[in-house]
Amino acid sequence: MKIFVTTKRVTDPDVKIKVKPDGSGIATEGIDYKVNPFDEIAVEEAIRINEKQGGEVVVVSIGSGASTKEVRSGLAMGAQRGILVKTDDYLDSLGTATVLKKIVDDEKPDLILMGKQAVDGDNNQVGQILADMLGYAQACFASKIELGDDQKTARVTREVDGGFDHVEVDLPAVITADLRLNEPRYASLPGIMKAKKKPINEMELSSLGLDTTPKVVWHKFSEPAERKAGIKVPDVPTLVSKLKDEAKVL
Amino acid sequence: MGNALIIAEHKDGKLRSVSLPAFAFAKDYAGQRGGEFHILVMGHNLGSVVEEASCYGAAKVHVADNEGLGPYLAESHAAVAAKAARDSGAEVVAATATAMAKDLLPRISAKLGAGMASDILGFNDQGYFQRPVWAGSAVVDTEITTPFKVVTVRGTEFEPAPKVASGGDKADVTVDLDFGSLKKRFLNFEEIKSERPELTEAAVIVSGGRGTKGEEGFKLLDRLADIFTAAIGATRAAVDAGWVPNDLQVGQTGKMVAPDLYFAIGISGAIQHLAGMKSSKVIVAINKDEEAPIFNVADYGLVADLFKAVPELVEEIKKVKG
Repeated sequence: MKIFVTTKRVTDPDVKIKVKPDGSGIATEGIDYKVNPFDEIAVEEAIRINEKQGGEVVVVSIGSGASTKEVRSGLAMGAQRGILVKTDDYLDSLGTATVLKKIVDDEKPDLILMGKQAVDGDNNQVGQILADMLGYAQACFASKIELGDDQKTARVTREVDGGFDHVEVDLPAVITADLRLNEPRYASLPGIMKAKKKPINEMELSSLGLDTTPKVVWHKFSEPAERKAGIKVPDVPTLVSKLKDEAKVL
Repeated sequence: MGNALIIAEHKDGKLRSVSLPAFAFAKDYAGQRGGEFHILVMGHNLGSVVEEASCYGAAKVHVADNEGLGPYLAESHAAVAAKAARDSGAEVVAATATAMAKDLLPRISAKLGAGMASDILGFNDQGYFQRPVWAGSAVVDTEITTPFKVVTVRGTEFEPAPKVASGGDKADVTVDLDFGSLKKRFLNFEEIKSERPELTEAAVIVSGGRGTKGEEGFKLLDRLADIFTAAIGATRAAVDAGWVPNDLQVGQTGKMVAPDLYFAIGISGAIQHLAGMKSSKVIVAINKDEEAPIFNVADYGLVADLFKAVPELVEEIKKVKG
């Protein structure tokens, strides 16, 4: 079984992000980059399926040349090869899905695994859009994936409001990973060494002949409305009297 | 043109109140753009839902009532919604950013070739949508350049639309899908039953984090929640540890909430948790670490051991409330 898994290079999610003073974007100086955490979960799931079923896991990414590092970290976890479409341009979700569709059309994977959202743009759109462009079923926010014996279908548990939605999709399909699908492994030292020799097929976005003009354009960035810190109270009785007399919530 | 078409959610024959903030957005948006507010209801046996939906001042309620639409599937619902968007002269197709909307609306955007803005907080005079990015660390003015625009609306940022007199027009949407050719089948829905209100609908929320140390700690929170008939919430750390079910998670990757009163107990205040609750009207934090970032957003902070403070708080509030 050939599995595609997408990864995006994003700013370290544990670092506090600031807006540039002129509002033209976010300040990236001195900030580390990592694999989008949801994508890491998708990579782990792809590798687990591959360990049982055999075949190939291909890490696919779109981004600057620096994104080879994040592709390589997927290879270090156990994926067999990588594809990186290089561009420094901003792509919106339609543009990103357009590029991924082209790669899928060329490579014809049996399953596409993605993170449910990237933690920079926080869109949560590309998997769904890609599925529709390909005419595939989608199973988003997966917390459990079980492949059918014939590998033609997958049963997916989706985390939704108020419970779990159980669906069956025909493959190929797009499945997006939620937090509790699995715990991604750490790459082993031998894994990291092996990854250095695994192939990454790099190509320029401009060579693909696709129209990826953004339909969603970012203008001014601003800091969110900050909430003012209130007061500290010395003890529970003071807290209760404040809640009653000042906040009037009791 | 300039119409705003809202996809209404329903459950057990009733309109879900989570849709009301999206109705409010649609009225504002259509008003500013010289268009109309429309509603789309999709499903099966929708009689009571349609009656309810027609009470919010929509110019028209579009109804796609078909046995095949009984189980929710993004594939079938997106096809029907895209058709309704074309037929209704919609400029914007929107819904409150629930789990269903996050699944469905991007697929509609693909069908319409429409740009999409997720989880918007508002829009400005130019029609740019304000939306949070980087876990709410920044807000960006977002322009959608396509004729159709698709958005999900953050429910806590719009006052729920009030009921007005009923009597809007209704229009049937023709459903001509071959449901047998869908590549997805609904199997079953496993409901998490709770005596408590839904997080996104509760007036009071009592949330716990790592500091609760486990299920025992959450039992203390239950006692506090009982007084208010509050919902219980949790941080990602508490959910990851398996102390509470995952649908209780408040934060960037969980639910966005804005109750009248939010108790943050044993919660340090990670960026991604704050993103989900800092619109609450009154925030109370109890944490033994006085440096915890939660105190930067709390109206009332108490530096204390929660295992002592919470039982005391329960007794004191009971005295006051009688």
